[in-house]
Amino acid sequence: MLASKPDRFIINGKRLDGRTFDQLRPIKIEANVLKRADGSCFLEMGKNKVVAAVYGPREVHPRHLQDPSKAIIRYRYNMAPFSVEERKRPGPDRRSIEISKVSKEAFESVIMKELFPRSAIDIFVEVLQADAGSRTACLNAASVALVDAGVPMRGMITSVAVAKVDGVLVLDPMKEEDNFGEADLPFAFLIRNGRIESIVLLQMDGCITRDELKQALRLAKKGAMEIYKLQREAILRKYILEEIDEPSGDENA
Amino acid sequence: MRKVVLPGDLLSTNPKVAGYGTYIEDGKVYAKILGLFDQTETHIKVIPLKGRYIPTVGDVVVGIVREVAANGWLVDIHSPYQAFLPITENPEVKPNKKPNEILEIGDAIIAKVLNIDPKMKVTLSMKDRMCRAIRFGRIVAINPARVPRVIGKKGSMIKLLKGELDIQIVVGQNGLIWINGDRRKVSIAEEVIYLIEEEAHTEGLTDRVAEFIERRKSDVGEQTG
Repeated sequence: MLASKPDRFIINGKRLDGRTFDQLRPIKIEANVLKRADGSCFLEMGKNKVVAAVYGPREVHPRHLQDPSKAIIRYRYNMAPFSVEERKRPGPDRRSIEISKVSKEAFESVIMKELFPRSAIDIFVEVLQADAGSRTACLNAASVALVDAGVPMRGMITSVAVAKVDGVLVLDPMKEEDNFGEADLPFAFLIRNGRIESIVLLQMDGCITRDELKQALRLAKKGAMEIYKLQREAILRKYILEEIDEPSGDENA
Repeated sequence: MRKVVLPGDLLSTNPKVAGYGTYIEDGKVYAKILGLFDQTETHIKVIPLKGRYIPTVGDVVVGIVREVAANGWLVDIHSPYQAFLPITENPEVKPNKKPNEILEIGDAIIAKVLNIDPKMKVTLSMKDRMCRAIRFGRIVAINPARVPRVIGKKGSMIKLLKGELDIQIVVGQNGLIWINGDRRKVSIAEEVIYLIEEEAHTEGLTDRVAEFIERRKSDVGEQTG
């Protein structure tokens, strides 16, 4: 059932799902979920569910794509046919090709590709269930998966969207706000040592004023810092556990 | 206990101490990989927890021949880069022998990394006491980040394995380990290596490994005796 446009997006200062303007949807992140991948991550951001897998650096196939001076990065954003209400035709379409391209460019600025000439780093992100902002969820998941794979990077990428509904800016829009809102702006930041260093991705759909853009950026930065903490925790949880784990005794059956 | 650091974490403001797994920008040292932070007075580094094997000159590696050419062999060394072993670097080469009569596709070898050019073209050599073609025994593959733990401090873990089990072991820096000896003992060694990989970077690992070997040896002894 496709949702219809609600009369008002904001009732008594609260959004349709009861959040305030600057509140994120609940996020769950788990690192290292796939055994055969070098690094992986499962992430839930509200109703979005995505899995990211990283392979490499590895040999480039087909050979002619390889670059003798640096590693190439391949990013594939893909939506499962069952991820949306109406079945999506499987395979890449115009939207997913564009998202893959801009996301790849975001990662190219943080991964130290010069260290691995003639190799490829492959990032695959599958959207299992889509709500709004699946590209931001995918970027967050891919970033955790890259760290988990031990790929050298200048910092971590954290991504969040801001939307404008009923003339107000809201953080991390859900489906109704994204579909029927006035504007949607996904941001991605490079965060190093707990500080936002640069913007690595910025898209816009709809129109907003210059002042609103500045305000949106502030809102997004605040949201990104919260997500950054969760990303860190997800990785540390996996590896600190390993540190203090007691030997499990007899397991030779 | 050493702290786990993530890429981008600030480690020091003194660029002189920067070591492995770090990078310098604007005079500050940051971590570039996920790993354990290791600090001494003159040096800081990040011990990797994950990642592929990147060859370094002088490394001993275990590889598998993937292609035979007129002038040498292409060898898979479990890394993003295939290595090349020229015929001039294989002491078994005789003027009347063709390359495929010495090493065939699928053969395993122990070799040393001789040279790496800026394009990461890796050249191997077998002109070393350790190097040889592997015709028997078993090869175990582990995460290359765990190799230092299998070797142990100054080779302590390897010494323990060799002494307790009376087997031959060669640990390739690329995470491939060759074991040879009595079949039952090799099986124990294999289990031990997986145990080390699983529990690397925990306290008192060597003691636990010694205990594990004792227990497995007595298990095997009961079955046969």
